[in-house]
Amino acid sequence: MKKSFFTVAGNRLLAENTYEMVLRGDSSAVKKPGQFVHIALDGFYLRRPISVCDWSEHSITMIYKTVGKGTAYMAGLEEGDRLEVLTGLGNGFDSKKSGNKPLLIGGGAGIPPLYALAKKLMQEQKQVFAILGFNRVDEVFYAEEFASLGVNVIITTVDGSVGRKGFVTDAMEIDMADYTYTYSCGPEPMLKAVYEKAVSDGQYSFEERMGCGFGACMGCACQTKYGSKRICREGPVLEKEEIVW
Amino acid sequence: MVDTSINLSGLHLSNPIIPASGTFGFGYEFAEIYDINILGSFSFKGTTKEPRFGNAAPRIAETHAGMLNAIGLQNPGIDKVISEELPKLKQVFSKPVIANISGFSLEEYAYCCEKIDKEEQVGIIEVNISCPNVHEGGMSFGTSPESAAAVTKAVKAVTSKPVYMKLSPNVTDIAEIAAACEEAGADGISLINTLTGMRIDLKRKKPILNNVTGGLSGPAVLPIALRMVWEVYKKVSIPIIGMGGVSTAEDVIEMMLAGATAVSVGAANLKDPFASKNIIESLPDAMKELGIKKLTDIIGGAHNA
Ligand SMILES: Cc1cc2nc3c(=O)[nH]c(=O)nc-3n(C[C@H](O)[C@H](O)[C@H](O)COP(=O)(O)OP(=O)(O)OC[C@H]3O[C@@H](n4cnc5c(N)ncnc54)[C@H](O)[C@@H]3O)c2cc1C
Ligand SMILES: Cc1cc2nc3c(=O)[nH]c(=O)nc-3n(C[C@H](O)[C@H](O)[C@H](O)COP(=O)(O)O)c2cc1C
Ligand code: FES
Repeated sequence: MKKSFFTVAGNRLLAENTYEMVLRGDSSAVKKPGQFVHIALDGFYLRRPISVCDWSEHSITMIYKTVGKGTAYMAGLEEGDRLEVLTGLGNGFDSKKSGNKPLLIGGGAGIPPLYALAKKLMQEQKQVFAILGFNRVDEVFYAEEFASLGVNVIITTVDGSVGRKGFVTDAMEIDMADYTYTYSCGPEPMLKAVYEKAVSDGQYSFEERMGCGFGACMGCACQTKYGSKRICREGPVLEKEEIVW
Repeated sequence: MVDTSINLSGLHLSNPIIPASGTFGFGYEFAEIYDINILGSFSFKGTTKEPRFGNAAPRIAETHAGMLNAIGLQNPGIDKVISEELPKLKQVFSKPVIANISGFSLEEYAYCCEKIDKEEQVGIIEVNISCPNVHEGGMSFGTSPESAAAVTKAVKAVTSKPVYMKLSPNVTDIAEIAAACEEAGADGISLINTLTGMRIDLKRKKPILNNVTGGLSGPAVLPIALRMVWEVYKKVSIPIIGMGGVSTAEDVIEMMLAGATAVSVGAANLKDPFASKNIIESLPDAMKELGIKKLTDIIGGAHNA
């Protein structure tokens, strides 16, 4: 973990209520896709946890959905604004477990961490498939970004306004058969549906309300087959076989 | 040079800052980012006889200038704390530590305190009496002078270490309870624990916390904590560890002027992992600014009319 200041280098609307923010600063604590940052916002007592969507030596990219006051405040930030951020939090995904044909399944605001993972898996010469689920066409983001990495992208929308109509799990059944591993992040009901449908092992990334974000308060603890784990520290990524719903 | 050192029941502390129980784990997470030996001491996570997972999520809710928590005393149980946590803690912290103990019956309090009494690194036992008494209808031990005194006696009987009773602010007259603890043999008083509160999710129209209610802490509670430390200081002569909303060196000084000998920092550590370090580092300058040479000179200073 590292605490440092970052400067907003970009904050643009990507899709309905969804923004991409680029932060410039020291990203050296970020080690793995699936890790998150914890952002202090003026006027809010607790920080906001947001996944790292991509990073380079001097920058971190995040994608966030405005769902409440904190994320709405973030949407109002402009280039040059400064933020105090804790970086390098959480365990992240383990790309080594993927086999040669991993399937990435993301829903809405759960998609961002899968982007850095996809990038890593492509670098490792894997054949990567991604099912990205949204409610409607207005919400769709990053389909081209995943595709330009060389990922085979399948979009699903609940109302069928673009891509395959239905849920991500419907596409799992129809479009994918011989995947070697699943990586999933999204709302909990989606994770559970993917868990039930997936025929391979996998890693699932969870959300929980956090106090500290670095393991001190036990605010985010959840039960697993191997005892209690802190989503902020031993998570947010859990192995399929240890998850207790 | 200013003197920030204090004495707490015979323990010499290089400064009065003691991270509060439940906000500092067993110290490791903080030891990764700074040398925690700069602390006066710290109070480790509330420990019970049996291991506890605590309450279901969500356990945290944000508030104006603070937070609610409903962790529900998650801890690995006294045996594991002694066999696993303390040896690890010893590697990152070389000073005496404060053992925070909780229980749901007099026997559980006594059981834990008797065990922890044998641990060399424990300098003080801080007994949290905010927990419900399962044998007497679930009312918290800390809500009546009689049950507070009963816990004090039960733990004093099994340990020779200094015992600080940690009081709940959710009472009508906290000074009366402090006095009952002193009368029963307590060596000091810690206050305040969190104030019971709740928040409701406007979209779901339901309480945010799964437990419905939780404990409020953070800057929002500082004035209440100061008032309570003030009242307890007037009533008892044993030392006070004051806490509740402390986030700056100035807050520490205010707490000591109200009557605290040492000061705990809780939620501030969660908001900023460097909070306790920053407070310790800025304390000498804050003292100089206010013309304070020796911190112990100001304890209860605001009471001198
Ligand atoms: C590990 C992790 C990674 C995340 N990554 C992303 C991401 O990449 N993109 C994205 O859009 N969202 C992400 N989220 C969810 C994001 O943290 C919440 O949407 C955000 O905190 C909401 O803040 P708010 O002030 O707008 O909402 P409010 O409802 O006003 O927030 C009130 C409080 O509840 C907390 N809270 C509310 N919803 C959530 C939630 N779903 N998870 C955790 N805490 C919550 C807030 O942090 C705040 O403390 C992630 C959450 C976690 C735990
Ligand atoms: C997440 C959290 C967990 C806590 N756990 C304990 C505990 O186990 N035992 C205890 O005596 N107090 C516990 N407390 C109370 C604090 O030690 C402290 O008394 C209170 O938070 C007030 O201080 P603050 O406003 O600086 O946080 C906890 C507080 C928080 C925020
Ligand atoms: S949020 Fe504090 S332990 Fe995870």
